[in-house]
Amino acid sequence: MHTRAEMIALAGSGLLLLVILELVRSRRLKEKYSLLWFFTAVVLLVMALSRGLLDKLGHMMGIYYAPSAFFLLAFLFLMLIMVQFSVVISRLSERNKTLAQEVALLKLKFEEEISSVKAETYKNRIREGNSG
Amino acid sequence: MRILAVIPCYNEEASVGDVVGSLQTACPEMDILVINDGSRDKTAEAAAAAGAKVARLPYNMGIGAAMQTGFLYAKAYGYDIAVQVDGDGQHDPAEVRKILEPIQEGRADIVVGSRFISGGGFKSTPMRRLGIKAFAKVLTVMTGQTLTDPTSGFRAVGKKVINLFAEEYPQDYPEVESLLLVHLAKLRIEEEQVVMRARSGGRSSITPLKSAYYMVKVMMVLFIWLIRKKPEMEA
Repeated sequence: MHTRAEMIALAGSGLLLLVILELVRSRRLKEKYSLLWFFTAVVLLVMALSRGLLDKLGHMMGIYYAPSAFFLLAFLFLMLIMVQFSVVISRLSERNKTLAQEVALLKLKFEEEISSVKAETYKNRIREGNSG
Repeated sequence: MRILAVIPCYNEEASVGDVVGSLQTACPEMDILVINDGSRDKTAEAAAAAGAKVARLPYNMGIGAAMQTGFLYAKAYGYDIAVQVDGDGQHDPAEVRKILEPIQEGRADIVVGSRFISGGGFKSTPMRRLGIKAFAKVLTVMTGQTLTDPTSGFRAVGKKVINLFAEEYPQDYPEVESLLLVHLAKLRIEEEQVVMRARSGGRSSITPLKSAYYMVKVMMVLFIWLIRKKPEMEA
């Protein structure tokens, strides 16, 4: 029973590590956002490999069923990553707003310049027409 | 040859005016572009008053994005050389010709001003020196070329590197990683000895906690480049 759970944990965290590595390598994931994932994958992998370490950690947390300790650990790291996402998304949406406002004001300025240039040419043409 | 100086600035109102002024004196034929990286002080006004062109980023994006803005400008307007000078006054504009020369003579594609080749001047704090040494060692092994000051932000690049960096430039802590990029693109790196000063105004944007993150991140990025597809060069 335990060995099968151990195998699944091992395969799961090993696969996670490989997937993250490939995503960073192919540049679909920025290094900045991969650090926490790497950390998570490595910790889980170590726990999956070393039953003794997992037991010790479990006892420290008052959990005497190793797979539960493993899940709790995975859960905590996922929480951490989610919080990071929330912070990043908040910053992105703020910046996105600033960018849109900047573009709107630039557009306005640009249109004003264009129409003032047009008005100027129009006036000049009338003047030329009158004199000519 | 048309030369553009790019000065990335974040809250450097106290020093940027002097930097622009002494750059103009040291190298009058050079155009100067200050990238105001979302400063909360009067950096942009001070730079414009000193006679520089100023590009204003709408918010703080980090030195990588700021510098790349400069490279995009250099590429778009056909500059042959781009020089990076920090806005805090730690680089001596009088030495700008030293780092320009190897590129003008076609000996190198990127020249880094190094404060560790020998000579006096400000060499950073002991902790930072240790970090710089570690990066230098790793880069030396990776590039097969002795590099002493990979974190130096006093550098000049030729047209090929302008094109490369306009395409691809690291975002967070770009100095070390960008050197590896140049090496992977099979372009030539050279170091020239320069003397640096302690910053004349403002504050460094790097705190101790950030330094630790910086070390981990940059080291990781360097090793990831080993297993990554090489950057593509434009013909």
